[in-house]
Amino acid sequence: MKRIYLDHGATTPVDKEVVKAMLPYLTEKFGNASSIHSFGQEAKDALESSRERIAKKLGAKPNEIIFTSGGSESDNLAIKGVAHAYRKKGNHIITSSIEHPAVLGACKSLAEEGFDITYLEVDKEGFVKPDDVERAITKKTILVSIMHANNEIGTIEPIEEIGKICKSKGVLFHTDAVQSFTKVPIDVNKMNIDLLSISAHKIYGPKGVGALYIREGVKIKKMIDGGHHEFDMRAGTENIPGIVGFAKAVELTNENQIKYMTNLRNKLIKGLLKIPDTILNGPDRKNLSRRLCNNVNISFKFVEGESILLRLDDKGIAVSTGSACSSRSLKPSHVLLAIGLPPQIAHSSIRFTLGRENTIQEINYTIKTTKEVVEELRKLSPFCN
Amino acid sequence: METYTKKVLEHFKNPHNYGKMKNPDGVGKVGNVACGDVMWLYIKIGKKKIKNKEQEIIKDIKFETYGCTAAIASSSMITDIAKGKTLDQAINISKDDVVKSLEGLPPIKIHCSVLATDALAEAIYDYMKKNNKKIPEKLEKIHKRIEQEKRIVEEKYKDWVKTEEEMHEKE
Repeated sequence: MKRIYLDHGATTPVDKEVVKAMLPYLTEKFGNASSIHSFGQEAKDALESSRERIAKKLGAKPNEIIFTSGGSESDNLAIKGVAHAYRKKGNHIITSSIEHPAVLGACKSLAEEGFDITYLEVDKEGFVKPDDVERAITKKTILVSIMHANNEIGTIEPIEEIGKICKSKGVLFHTDAVQSFTKVPIDVNKMNIDLLSISAHKIYGPKGVGALYIREGVKIKKMIDGGHHEFDMRAGTENIPGIVGFAKAVELTNENQIKYMTNLRNKLIKGLLKIPDTILNGPDRKNLSRRLCNNVNISFKFVEGESILLRLDDKGIAVSTGSACSSRSLKPSHVLLAIGLPPQIAHSSIRFTLGRENTIQEINYTIKTTKEVVEELRKLSPFCN
Repeated sequence: METYTKKVLEHFKNPHNYGKMKNPDGVGKVGNVACGDVMWLYIKIGKKKIKNKEQEIIKDIKFETYGCTAAIASSSMITDIAKGKTLDQAINISKDDVVKSLEGLPPIKIHCSVLATDALAEAIYDYMKKNNKKIPEKLEKIHKRIEQEKRIVEEKYKDWVKTEEEMHEKE
């Protein structure tokens, strides 16, 4: 059976070109970038040129990029690192109620240490209001952390406006750009971003590698102690094959892929909403320019998400319910509840996240199959007969 | 999450005895949409001579379920197990019987098998109550527990609705 992968928000396949770029650094160019000999220098050169290429994509300087093990580590390092470095200045952090669990988890840990966290509410499409950020800032505020684009419902937050507010108030601004990186343009200077998290495996790079942009002059307390790697902000021998793969993955992205995915996304939304009793979660159809180019999140009333997921899987289509991270828990997604969905509608939601290798034929098959699966499951539901 | 057994997926993909029943003798409705599982079980009662004694049996049974894979598979399985059983036998079907017949359920999904036995118990209770039959002590106990759990969930759900309303008021 042909399989169709529509869960690119969870992870993506590693591009063949990326694998090709990585291979030498697993075999003959295996050196430790801290070694002075030629093996080490080979690795060091690859590390620094990768750093430059990723910095360029963000409009940052190379020495403002530090490599990590992925998005979750970047989020933790940004939030805990800033909190611990600026504790004397204040103990207040502002974030939103729809952040990734890595951000919410880091904030929860800090709350246990005595930090004061404000969780901003979002509107029914998932947008944070910049005015709310401004109002929430106090003399004790040291950091605002608002994601660039939401992983579940694809809402692109107004981070440029939020960045401006933070700058004028003298508060640091972090954004989790794991889902948006290479899909929505980012310029850390134009957007007044002080810290930004990104990850390789969401953009056809390998798993286990990410980066954190830290504006020059911003202090963070190191989390992993050891050697003086990564400008003395994160100890540990650099994952050179991963980092090389990350930089290659960034280089392989372009405008046309975004346009291509946007077109597929719009077709998928249009087709799925023709199924009766469906709701598009996140930015609505008039607001699609503020939605991630590859995200579709729909509630199919009267049927439960996991049932749809497994019936679709049976037909070769891979999707997710809410976010992949919460598929182990029975609670409905915190994001869907935060946009005001009643639990039964939240339980009925499916996320389709597209990739550049998906085809229009796959989208058409998905629309047709989803319609069949939902109709079959509704025959079992007490709410439809 | 632990993966589902072959048997669970079999029942999930091709559930037995689903749909609404016309003029059922008893209906059991359990679960709550807020929790993501709702199970309705319909039964029709018949009579059968067993050891020269006429006994009431579950002649027909159907289900309607809103829920996950495990909830749908458990619903399908309990209809298979209960069909043709005497009411006394049916009351004594345990969650373990359902889990065993499904060749196992992931730990966080065990509650789905409880939901299935609860729905069956409630359907039998409904039939007995409507027909002024003497309700066995075990069934009365089960019914009381389900009622109590329903109240707790509704209370929790009410709180949730309240915080939601407060959230919107603040906007």
